[in-house]
Amino acid sequence: MMYDVVIIGAGVSGAAIARELSRYDCNVCVLEKEEDVCCGTSKANSAIVHAGYDCKPGSMMAKMNVRGNAMMEQLSKDLDFPFRRNGSLVLCVEEEQLPALQRLYEQGIQDGVPGLQLLDHDAALAMEPNLSDKVVAALYAPSAGVVCPFLMNIAMAENAFENGVDFRFNTEVEALRREEDGRWHIRTNNGEYLARCVVNAAGVYADIFHNMVSAKKLHITPRRGDYLLLDHETEGFVQHTIFQQPGKFGKGVLVAPTIHGNTLVGPTAIDVPDREDTATTQEGLDQVISRSAISVKNLPLRKVITSFAGLRAHEDGHDFVLGPVEDAQDFYDCAGIESPGLSSAPAIGEYIGGMVAERFCFDRKKEWKATRKGIVSPKNLSFEERNELIRRNPAYGQIICRCENITEAEIIDAIRRPLGARSLDGVKRRVRAGMGRCQGGFCSPRVMDILSRELGLPMEKITKSGGRSNIVLDIQRGEGQ
Amino acid sequence: MKTVDIVIIGGGPAGLAAALSARKAGTENILIIERDDELGGILNQCIHNGFGLHTFHEELTGPEYAGRFIDQVKEAGIPYLLNTMVLDISRAGAAPDACADAGAAQTAPETAESAAAGGARHIITATNRTDGLFQIGAQAVILAMGCRERPRGALNIPGYRPAGIFSAGTAQRLVNVEGYMPGHEVVILGSGDIGLIMARRMTLEGAKVKVVAELMPYSGGLKRNIVQCLDDFGIPLKLSHTVVDIEGKDRVKAVTIAQVGADRRPIPGTEERYTCDTLLLSVGLIPENELSRAAGIEINGVTNGPVVNESLETSEEGVFACGNVLHVHDLVDNVSEEASRAGTNAARFVARNSGKTTPPDTLNTQAEAGETRTGAKTRTGAGEIQVRTGNGVRYTVPSFVNPERLDGNLIIRFRVGAIYKDASVVVRLGGERLRALKKKIIAPGEMEQVIITKDELLQHENADSIEISIEENSAAQAAQSR
Repeated sequence: MMYDVVIIGAGVSGAAIARELSRYDCNVCVLEKEEDVCCGTSKANSAIVHAGYDCKPGSMMAKMNVRGNAMMEQLSKDLDFPFRRNGSLVLCVEEEQLPALQRLYEQGIQDGVPGLQLLDHDAALAMEPNLSDKVVAALYAPSAGVVCPFLMNIAMAENAFENGVDFRFNTEVEALRREEDGRWHIRTNNGEYLARCVVNAAGVYADIFHNMVSAKKLHITPRRGDYLLLDHETEGFVQHTIFQQPGKFGKGVLVAPTIHGNTLVGPTAIDVPDREDTATTQEGLDQVISRSAISVKNLPLRKVITSFAGLRAHEDGHDFVLGPVEDAQDFYDCAGIESPGLSSAPAIGEYIGGMVAERFCFDRKKEWKATRKGIVSPKNLSFEERNELIRRNPAYGQIICRCENITEAEIIDAIRRPLGARSLDGVKRRVRAGMGRCQGGFCSPRVMDILSRELGLPMEKITKSGGRSNIVLDIQRGEGQ
Repeated sequence: MKTVDIVIIGGGPAGLAAALSARKAGTENILIIERDDELGGILNQCIHNGFGLHTFHEELTGPEYAGRFIDQVKEAGIPYLLNTMVLDISRAGAAPDACADAGAAQTAPETAESAAAGGARHIITATNRTDGLFQIGAQAVILAMGCRERPRGALNIPGYRPAGIFSAGTAQRLVNVEGYMPGHEVVILGSGDIGLIMARRMTLEGAKVKVVAELMPYSGGLKRNIVQCLDDFGIPLKLSHTVVDIEGKDRVKAVTIAQVGADRRPIPGTEERYTCDTLLLSVGLIPENELSRAAGIEINGVTNGPVVNESLETSEEGVFACGNVLHVHDLVDNVSEEASRAGTNAARFVARNSGKTTPPDTLNTQAEAGETRTGAKTRTGAGEIQVRTGNGVRYTVPSFVNPERLDGNLIIRFRVGAIYKDASVVVRLGGERLRALKKKIIAPGEMEQVIITKDELLQHENADSIEISIEENSAAQAAQSR
């Protein structure tokens, strides 16, 4: 297969770059080793849109974060994914750390972060009554937000797809070679690809691909973060994203509302050798709990519904590595994308996509669809609208996931739409079926039934998350059958 | 808006028994709302026997037990809706609660006032394929939504999150209803009854159940299930053990368990690794009270069920609760009995209130909030006796009693927090020791009850409390402490 651009990785960066390039008259293909978009770092993170004050002034992180933050609102409207500016607080809990908080404030001003304010104890607690009484001061950033990381990633990918970008799932890049004619030859476990240009957006694997083509090596350390997620019964425990001041406890853990009303607590920062090591540990979870107590009091830990771990792609230089690789013609890096990678993704897409388009003088498409509609959620409709929806499609009247009240029609939509769900987790990320307090106890057999019917696959072939994650092993056979 | 006398939310054993008794007590206009595609609730997947020894004096399977009630409901012509999910319960004449899913109710075309004018006290908002999103007015509501299983996430078990981790009830549904095997080599965490039943079920289907690990120093399941489901099949039960690691990125490959100390934390060095493809969890059941909470009904922090009086009426007048939504039961027979009382009481409530235009029951307006030792707030109105939890008792149902409203004897159900051997259940009425019942063993896994006659209550008319406590006989100590 011959393409103008091959993008390695369908995470949030890869999807953002793909969407940007889909504005142009060029053939683009995204290669993803997993079965779906949003399967790596993009699916397991703090779901935060950072304001940008904690990035080193002048760094790529600072530029991309502030720009990404500013773009997020319009993008969320264009692509119909949930985003809300809830504001954030960085807490200072020791008098001697006050100068550092002041420096953070000044750095934020330098980075161009709007609306920053320093608050004293009383003002901080008035804003968030559940903060620890030890809070001395806080840095308030009104432009910080929360986003659904799954839907943001999925929305950009869907929009790119609708504008002509190809996606190849279960396709793992094994080797990269520049042919004599200047084209890149990409060998995968699923066929060979040729491209004029390669964009490396491979998350925790980005150094591997970079090092295949360049003598100037990158080194990425997978840095694991363990999180706890609380039931949305806890909605309102905190309204703002609560950060800890970097200090003697390291970067600290955050306590944040999610866009869906849950409370998220985490992450740890544990360097691991294995790029797939997303296993939580007892020590990690204990650390999350004990460190959260620095920020807040009476965290309702009995309301924890799940714990998970994600990996950040920490590059030694601790900055985003964005742009052409000097000693590898037409190979672009999008590497070292750790926090604030999610916040920066729209800007990274614009930056890398624009750079590639300029290099190859791609023309703008005459017709480009800038918007995409998400899956209709009856919960957000009025009584009458909801009834009208059910009249047209009775499956909107049938609740499948009891905890999140997700209807059969939403699940079917998640499967049938462009780049639709192929697994239980794929459905979960798109419509939240199984995301609630029973964690799929009731709905997973029903969602499996719907997947089986829609995909024309027997139940034994339905997976949790692709690969060999089959859920039921074989059909029970009685004697003599 | 359609209006009925009683809406029953849930068509499992509790809802069915409540419907039948309400009809027997004279209420004609009843509606059962069931979210699944058939009546019977969780009994439909409980194909083992042992049900109905008390109710029918014979051993039935779950579906057979449910079938008897379903037949009676059909014979009685009690209407029911299937595949219908209740999204909200609100008080007529009041603005519906602003929970996410009641958002629709807020903009409902028919106002709450019009429901109140039709005689309804409560408005139920529900959805299904054929009726769409709709509202029904009701004089009384019976909560019978049952319970759900505690998931892995609630336990903070470390490790990967691969396929192959099931709550025991989900596995039971897959095997018994859908006809699929969840796996071949199984480790079970938790010795709740469903876990024990599934240990046997999976073994009978050809799977190898390697071990059952239980965090507590005792099982939460019935003794008979430990004997019949584990001992008879040579499946080891490891008490004071928990899962400390889950391996496998796609599918479960191995599970490591370790012994826990008195603080229930794993003891380093006691780890044992079991290769397996499946981990079943039977780690507790939680009454499903999201609707009740959203309706502002007071919840007991120990049971996670509504706080109720002797009539099984919740803090919301005319809303009754029974079965596993009230507190988790061991035996369906007890659910049926309790639900019958709720049904009868709801019918009486309807009869008392029909035709009256003023709120007849002024108890609530006189109510004062109090705090019991269980952590549950209760209202203790005029003539009400509080039921207190004494030594060793975790909770009681009911939480308070009005002897005037009692038509027979008072049944108080409770659970203890630890295993007691050769101990006594002591009942105090107004501080006076009424009786002490000697027991060979009292365990958290088995619900206990005491009965106080109406006469006894009337004889102690000045008593303001009933206390249930466990008294250890001098020689015997609590076998295990929590």
